[in-house]
Amino acid sequence: MAARKSTKKPNVSADELKTFYRDMLLIRRFEEKAGQLYGMGLIGGFCHLYIGQEAVVVGLEAAAEEGDKRITTYRDHGHMLACGMDPNGVMAELTGREGGYSRGKGGSMHMFSKEKHFYGGHGIVGANVPLGAGLAFADKYNENGRVTFTYFGDGAANQGQVYETFNMAALWQLPVIFVIENNQYAMGTSQKRSTSSPDIYTRGEAFGIPGEAVDGMDVLAVKEAGDKAVAHCRSGKGPYILEIKTYRYRGHSMSDPAKYRTREEVQKMRDEKDAIEHVRDLLLSGNHATEDSLKAIDKEIKEIVNASAEFAKESPVPGADELWTDIYADAAPQNA
Amino acid sequence: MATEILMPALSPTMEEGTLAKWLVKEGDSVKSGDILAEIETDKATMEFEAVDEGVIGKILIDEGTEGVKVNTAIAVLLEEGESADDIESAAAPASAPEEQEAPAPKAAPAQAKAPDAPKADTSPDWPEGTEMVSTTVREALRDAMAEEMRSDEDVYLMGEEVAEYQGAYKISQGLLDEFGAKRVIDTPITEHGFAGIGVGAAFGGLRPIVEFMTWNFGMQAIDQIINSAAKTLYMSGGQMGCPIVFRGPNGAAARVGAQHSQDYAAWYAQIPGLKVVQPYSAACAKGLLKQAIRDPNPVVFLENEILYGRSFEVPKMDDFTIPFGKAKIWREGSDVTIVSFGIGMTYALEAADKLAEDGISAEVIDLRTLRPLDYDTVIASVMKTNRCVTVEEGWPVASIGNHISASLMERAFDYLDAPVINCTGKDVPMPYAANLEKLALTSVDEVLDAVRQVTYR
Repeated sequence: MAARKSTKKPNVSADELKTFYRDMLLIRRFEEKAGQLYGMGLIGGFCHLYIGQEAVVVGLEAAAEEGDKRITTYRDHGHMLACGMDPNGVMAELTGREGGYSRGKGGSMHMFSKEKHFYGGHGIVGANVPLGAGLAFADKYNENGRVTFTYFGDGAANQGQVYETFNMAALWQLPVIFVIENNQYAMGTSQKRSTSSPDIYTRGEAFGIPGEAVDGMDVLAVKEAGDKAVAHCRSGKGPYILEIKTYRYRGHSMSDPAKYRTREEVQKMRDEKDAIEHVRDLLLSGNHATEDSLKAIDKEIKEIVNASAEFAKESPVPGADELWTDIYADAAPQNA
Repeated sequence: MATEILMPALSPTMEEGTLAKWLVKEGDSVKSGDILAEIETDKATMEFEAVDEGVIGKILIDEGTEGVKVNTAIAVLLEEGESADDIESAAAPASAPEEQEAPAPKAAPAQAKAPDAPKADTSPDWPEGTEMVSTTVREALRDAMAEEMRSDEDVYLMGEEVAEYQGAYKISQGLLDEFGAKRVIDTPITEHGFAGIGVGAAFGGLRPIVEFMTWNFGMQAIDQIINSAAKTLYMSGGQMGCPIVFRGPNGAAARVGAQHSQDYAAWYAQIPGLKVVQPYSAACAKGLLKQAIRDPNPVVFLENEILYGRSFEVPKMDDFTIPFGKAKIWREGSDVTIVSFGIGMTYALEAADKLAEDGISAEVIDLRTLRPLDYDTVIASVMKTNRCVTVEEGWPVASIGNHISASLMERAFDYLDAPVINCTGKDVPMPYAANLEKLALTSVDEVLDAVRQVTYR
């Protein structure tokens, strides 16, 4: 099956398109700024940028309702911004400061927001998949009608625990959407070199989990597929798999020599398939926006991102006492 | 305003690099994402992309230059409408600040310091005069789960064979009948997966009890126990707690060979974020399991198959719990302190009986919880007896006994009249043959020998 494309004339309002444009642009500019701060030594360790994949989270968040949950792996900045977490708090966590979501104790890969139902930010490839099914287990147990978006990559799709989870999610009809963000490279290993069958969305068939491939460079196609998956889950029919075919423009992490793919391949995707340019074209060609009104959005986003960088630089480093807090939920540090 | 483009750090450890090649020249327009240059680090050659759009006003570092320090200005970027004349005003983006030093912590709890006087809590576990009922460890564990499930709807049990089979070791007998299939859940044989689902359910507000048929199989799930359950509270700055109990039989059973006979006490006791319990008696099993289910943190609860059928007196009380971090002195003595936990207590108590016949008075301490660990009770006892032997079935390297020995050296060195001896399982995989299996475990005789050595008798 070919990845689904949205139809030429999208059934979408101008406001919705503008929101998509704005939300995707926020992620891109935020990530560019994060890359810059990394280059300046203000962000350390691992930093996995989401540039290129913005349509995935923005399209799916448009299909979510208040109270729905989301959980992902370590390329997580885009998910956090898309679900409404504060760019200041995310950027300050990247710089390891007190104003960060985890008060500087988590870093790029480990952020959470109970308020926004964002359950991380997990650094072990594949491990967040059973966790996401567990969140859905709790929702089913509580009969609250919520669904959980469980994001992972084409690399994680080869982990054994993913299939353990597919089995139980189908067996117990858990309201979980498995979102496979297939950006074609598991770190530096192309899908061709790591995966025996290219159609990852069919991997649920053995468990009776329906799946489909979606064009992840088209935010409207992602939203449409998300609506369908959410309706399936919310009606009690159990899990659903979306394999969203996307592309990351930047390296796996900041320290990626980029020798496993050609510069031309990346440039071709940027030139021909870019998700933000796509929505920009729809806005302009549909007379939903003018160049000037889009420039105003660009300016607004730039200000938000610059403010987040300023906040992340100004926020103090965590106090040394923080070393000993949050180890246990009920107590002062113990002498263990 | 013109901005300087700085030599970027392209890996967590990069301090300098070679500017291998410029891919733009002065006067070129660039936009975000365009490749500006190739930079060689000690590990790889990497492309360096533009972040902002503008025109390359001036290249400050020639290609081929080696040893360019991170954050050195390498070019100047002009905004739309600026000319090269504006370069003088180029403003460097704020570079990384000097490493900020946070003030030193008030107290570093785990660090060595002047020994504190131990404060042992010797209060009884239940009021004097409480009616006692003879109960097996198996029944006590079942009763603990049933009582907590009655009082909290969010508590549920999942694991292999816990429901219709009534538990592989019959610990969950009767629970399916009372609580139904929603709360007593048979899982497929898939420890890694269902442990992760349990952790996720705990993040989602439930209080799961995850049974591993044995802890040997729990090793398949150790990543979820440590990386997901134990660390998330810390990584989330206190937002995301994980109230879950992982429980099941631990250690050697009988004649089941190497893969089914292993004591995980020392493994899990090392992990900050976990609480680790290993009960010996039925009363402790009940009181500690109820406490574990109520605890807002992940608890590793290590049972023992051989003890399941043993009967002990259990207090008849409406609600009986035992706090964590409180050891139990099973037998008071003055000549030597024997410290143990779990099934190790069977060797310790039998040895103490025999020693008494020889006129040696042994104090026997059951640690009960390994994290938090009741250092004070052990240290106070050794300050009295001046001698210590530890007993456990786990392997000798980095054992619980090793840790107790080190703590005694730090806090009671001047009180020791002999080196501490650790009685442990042997440093071998568990053999199958009955005679060899016996040799691989510790024994009452080994405990007796150790006590005689430290008491010089």
